[in-house]
Amino acid sequence: MTERKGVVIVGEFSDANLAPISSELLAIGRKLADESGQELSAVFIGNEISDQVTNEAIFFGAERVYVIDAPLFKDYLNDSYVGALEQLDKEIMPETLLLGHTSLGRDVAPRLAFRLDTGVTLDCIDLSIDAETKLVEKTKPVYGGNAIAKYICEEGRPQMATVRAKAVSPLGRDASRSGEIVAFDPGLDEVAMRGKVVGRVKEEVAGVKLEDADVVICGGRGLVGPEPFEKLHELAGILNGAVGATRHPCDAGWCPYHYQIGLTGKLISPSLYIGIALSGSSQHQAGMSGSKIIVAINNDPEANIFGIAHYGVVADYQKVLPSFIEKCGELSSKKGPDIGIEIQKEGRSQNE
Amino acid sequence: MINIAVCVKQILDPEIPAKAFKIDPEAKRAIPPKGAELVISDYDESAVEAALKIKDSYETKITVISLGPESAKSTIRRCIAMGADEGILLSDALFDDSDSFATAFVLAEAIKKLGDFDFILCGRQEGDWDAGQVGSGIAELLGIPSVTMIGKIELKNEKAIVERVISDGREIVEIPLPALLTVGSEIGEARYPSLRRIRDASKVEIPTWNAENIAVAKSRNKMLTLFVPTREGRCEFIQGENPEEAGSNLAVKLRQAKLI
Ligand SMILES: Cc1cc2nc3c(=O)[nH]c(=O)nc-3n(C[C@H](O)[C@H](O)[C@H](O)COP(=O)(O)OP(=O)(O)OC[C@H]3O[C@@H](n4cnc5c(N)ncnc54)[C@H](O)[C@@H]3O)c2cc1C
Repeated sequence: MTERKGVVIVGEFSDANLAPISSELLAIGRKLADESGQELSAVFIGNEISDQVTNEAIFFGAERVYVIDAPLFKDYLNDSYVGALEQLDKEIMPETLLLGHTSLGRDVAPRLAFRLDTGVTLDCIDLSIDAETKLVEKTKPVYGGNAIAKYICEEGRPQMATVRAKAVSPLGRDASRSGEIVAFDPGLDEVAMRGKVVGRVKEEVAGVKLEDADVVICGGRGLVGPEPFEKLHELAGILNGAVGATRHPCDAGWCPYHYQIGLTGKLISPSLYIGIALSGSSQHQAGMSGSKIIVAINNDPEANIFGIAHYGVVADYQKVLPSFIEKCGELSSKKGPDIGIEIQKEGRSQNE
Repeated sequence: MINIAVCVKQILDPEIPAKAFKIDPEAKRAIPPKGAELVISDYDESAVEAALKIKDSYETKITVISLGPESAKSTIRRCIAMGADEGILLSDALFDDSDSFATAFVLAEAIKKLGDFDFILCGRQEGDWDAGQVGSGIAELLGIPSVTMIGKIELKNEKAIVERVISDGREIVEIPLPALLTVGSEIGEARYPSLRRIRDASKVEIPTWNAENIAVAKSRNKMLTLFVPTREGRCEFIQGENPEEAGSNLAVKLRQAKLI
């Protein structure tokens, strides 16, 4: 049997742009490749993939880029994507295979790992080469973020992991880098692919997108109803920010699901996060602990959120919020458009 | 008749406050604090709810399968009280400390033995180790199609039309049966069983299968260490004569720090 060698990352893109997760994967993949003296490759799967995507992957650290490009891959289905990666694995036999912990990675990685008869660790925040075993040591938050575990894969190859967004900083873009671009045909039987994407509902966000917002106002279970979210939107308008929530308000229908921040919601890292009437559970922190400055308003001085907050007010939010909003209105230099409640719209979105 | 298998896991209450959370670094697992409850993993409850929504409209039989210790029978009984028809426990010292690979293997073996299902439902990820792979693993081992992170299921001409929740919206996917689906809380709040049903379910016999009945696989991943990250307290509490004044003082503070 030929020896397995090399690190491969599964890149993602939207339209002609490299997705941020791809440059993050390239950075951590580069580190593992350099530490073990191996090559770093990227693979992109899709239909009519732009040259800009593959070139950017090289500028961010890939030595080789595999392109799996066919109409079959226009829509995401795990049958075709897992099948394509299975064939690529057979062809190039990598030692390590990394994906983003995204809608795509969460779905592809476990199925692919089981097909290749190997182990995978999902949602890693760090990867390194273990000095003793030379294996990839995979660091992952567990128990909702209350604890951190480190794993190695003893049985099965390639070693696999998905990496959490924003856990790694991308390398500097270097447009003088060169690399090889290789088209790969996995030779899948189109008829054998099960399932079909028959529609899409895309969230249309009026105003700043939660993941990109520099200021995030987050509401929790203590708001007890949908009405207070209007106040949160008013504040977001003044601070040119976006509104998010813990899981409960989403489950209860006080706000749409795409407001959810946390382990099973969105991941944010704004300059300013203001948490209102939420306890700061570890699952919520998993999505927001990367915020630069954390502010909390909660009537329980023992609430977890104060353990990571920089500024806090211990009081009933209903008494604090109106004067806080008013004063922010007077003082803020950031006034943005009023955001208002978001709408859902039918439409088609790109391979994410 | 639609046949559904739902895989559920009993876990330590994931909502115990961080301050009460302790681990045993030798055994590499959490130490349940006094009075902490064992509960059904959140998203597994969503999977049970998804099965019951199908049962609301079609003639359906729901079988609940759990791998775990004897105590997991109470979780299975809760699912029966919610409306599932029967349950089975997979329990053996050889199953302990299984990673996702070994867990999915045992569950898939049990499902094969139990017979033909139209749907196999799992939660999108477990509430303790947050591994998020057992559902997809079972699908792969059984060789059936899977769609993960489902918020809605409909049936149409022997196929399922499901809504998959993705980062910027939803995808509507048509999938042939049998299929494995992993479910998120978007499916809707899980129904609460009546006291009478809880009482009835408490009398239901739950058969147990062990390693004599089902094959075991070796774990692929090995945990090297488990630790609790340290968090530094640094919060500056903003005061005022009253909460209203504290609110405006907070705004002043944020302005001084050039944050707003
Ligand atoms: C597998 C799994 C995944 C999860 N994923 C997520 C996730 O992605 N995101 C997420 O957020 N959660 C998630 N959760 C849920 C999480 O465990 C917590 O239940 C949730 O974050 C708690 O939300 P909360 O802080 O709003 O509510 P609570 O914990 O109930 O806190 C409410 C807080 O509001 C305060 N309060 C009440 N009234 C007032 C008032 N009038 N004025 C001021 N303060 C007030 C209370 O003191 C309390 O601290 C997940 C759970 C599991 C098991």
